Amino acid sequence: MNWTAVKSIYVFEMARFFRTIAQSFISPVLSTSLYFVVFGAAIGSRIQEVEGVTYAAFIVPGLIMLSVITQSISNASFGIYFPKFIGTIFELLSAPVNFLEIVMGYVGAAATKALFIGVIILATAFLFVDLQIQHPFAMVGFLVLTCISFSLMGFIIGIWAGNFEQLQLVPLLIVTPLVFLGGSFYSISMLPPVWQIISHFNPVVYLISGFRWSFFGAADVSIGVSLFAIAAFTALCLSVIWWIFKTGWRIRQ
Amino acid sequence: MPPIVEITALRKAYASGFEALKGVDLSIEEGEILALLGPNGAGKTTLISTVCGITTATSGTVRVAGHDTVEDFRAARSMIGLVPQEINLEPFERVKNTVRFSRGLFGKSPNPALIEKILRQLSLWDKRDSQIRELSGGMKRRVLIAKALSHEPRVLFLDEPTAGVDVELRRDMWEIVADLKRDGVTIILTTHYIEEAEAIADRIGVIAAGEILLVEDKDKLMSRMGKKELEVQLSEPISDIPASLVSDALRLKADGTALIYTYDTKSERTGITQLLSDVAAAGLVLRDVVTRQSSLEDIFVDLVSEGEAP
Ligand SMILES: Nc1ncnc2c1ncn2[C@@H]1O[C@H](COP(=O)(O)OP(=O)(O)O)[C@@H](O)[C@H]1O
Ligand SMILES: [Mg+2]
Repeated sequence: MNWTAVKSIYVFEMARFFRTIAQSFISPVLSTSLYFVVFGAAIGSRIQEVEGVTYAAFIVPGLIMLSVITQSISNASFGIYFPKFIGTIFELLSAPVNFLEIVMGYVGAAATKALFIGVIILATAFLFVDLQIQHPFAMVGFLVLTCISFSLMGFIIGIWAGNFEQLQLVPLLIVTPLVFLGGSFYSISMLPPVWQIISHFNPVVYLISGFRWSFFGAADVSIGVSLFAIAAFTALCLSVIWWIFKTGWRIRQ
Repeated sequence: MPPIVEITALRKAYASGFEALKGVDLSIEEGEILALLGPNGAGKTTLISTVCGITTATSGTVRVAGHDTVEDFRAARSMIGLVPQEINLEPFERVKNTVRFSRGLFGKSPNPALIEKILRQLSLWDKRDSQIRELSGGMKRRVLIAKALSHEPRVLFLDEPTAGVDVELRRDMWEIVADLKRDGVTIILTTHYIEEAEAIADRIGVIAAGEILLVEDKDKLMSRMGKKELEVQLSEPISDIPASLVSDALRLKADGTALIYTYDTKSERTGITQLLSDVAAAGLVLRDVVTRQSSLEDIFVDLVSEGEAP
């Protein structure tokens, strides 16, 4: 393993993040605060309790997931698309590094940024609602795994994208609906039976459910299934990336 | 000693089906400076990109110090530095940071003293904290060179390093190349400035339409192919070469003011004495005599046009 290279990529990417740290935080913190005001305070005051917790508290895990997933994808996809776009990728391709090292550097940095933002949002949430985390270690574990797996997915999108429109398209067309329909703002059990069945094909449901379990100890699906789903998703993304570097798809002519 | 870079039967067809390399064989000796000359579109960049791992070969092999560039890419690539033809740099990065990054990417531990030395040598030290976008085109090329040197390559590829740069950078470049050669670094540079190849190369390769037409020691090449011309200027223009002088080696200048005699510098008898006495015998009056050595440029143009002939 060329650990020096992994570290170099990671540090280089993180430096970019720290240069624009204020921008990086303002937008997610602002939008989350708005969600709390709208859904937590305005609408939430008319909803009694969901699965034994106040509605404002109930949406916290979903909101964190929403931000962390979109941040992971946009950070990672942009992180690798940018060198491709401006041509600096030649250096990665001609360096003594393998795909795993490149992925660890870029995906590691993208996931770290998303994790930072997730933590900031959690801190913001404490300002608005009275919150207790029943399984803190599981909570952190779910958060980290989500950052990594969706950063891997973002990395694939960044390599696939041929222009900036495509770079935005996948998050917009696929990820946002999946996340919103993944139970961020409601419990799956609140849906009509048909939609409950359809929801089980949405991978995000397992994530949010597992993450919510770590907060409140109650979940839509069992925790084991949640863990299996996220592990399978991570493995799938990794194999796609391995194939990309093996064949040079969209990166080596 | 085995060659440091050994390219065997290398072919590259792009996805479009276009064959940019049509079976290239090339051996590069350790420590030499090889200039690859060729017109635009000859395949110079494709050849370099394939050796460095930026494009994948369709067939054939490349070995660097015995390491296959595909099977054993880590060992091969860690010896190679590349200064690409295009200026590919992140506009918002700072000079020193991007150079440091290159070194790390190649797995080398930080060495601030070396980075400083390289930046100073390239007159970039004052600009070390500038953003790349604030630099002129020539400065950006210097940054690319610094990045390639930062990881102490044993083999350095320079793809048209002096295309569109000022005279000063060209001089600096040549100096750096000379320094590196002294340290035993092997240098392959592509150019279409013939003077550049003539000035710094040990060997010259000519490539056109994806094929290597020739690789030869520069001095040998020039003496082998170098012909001299003797221009015999006449005080009175003539319309035809006198019958007593007619030969393949002699032609009349278009305006009739001079006879041009082509001869081979390496042959025993150049025939100049004979020519001059024949000219006098024919009753022509000499005004002046000038000789010219054909340059590498003439050789190159000849070769490439021969290569293109069906
Ligand atoms: N990505 C590509 N796809 C298709 N053809 C290409 C590509 N890159 C280069 N070529 C073609 O391959 C030939 C060689 O190009 P190149 O290696 O850049 O030449 P040089 O560097 O000698 O000017 C040219 O005809 C060029 O048009
Ligand atoms: Mg070129």
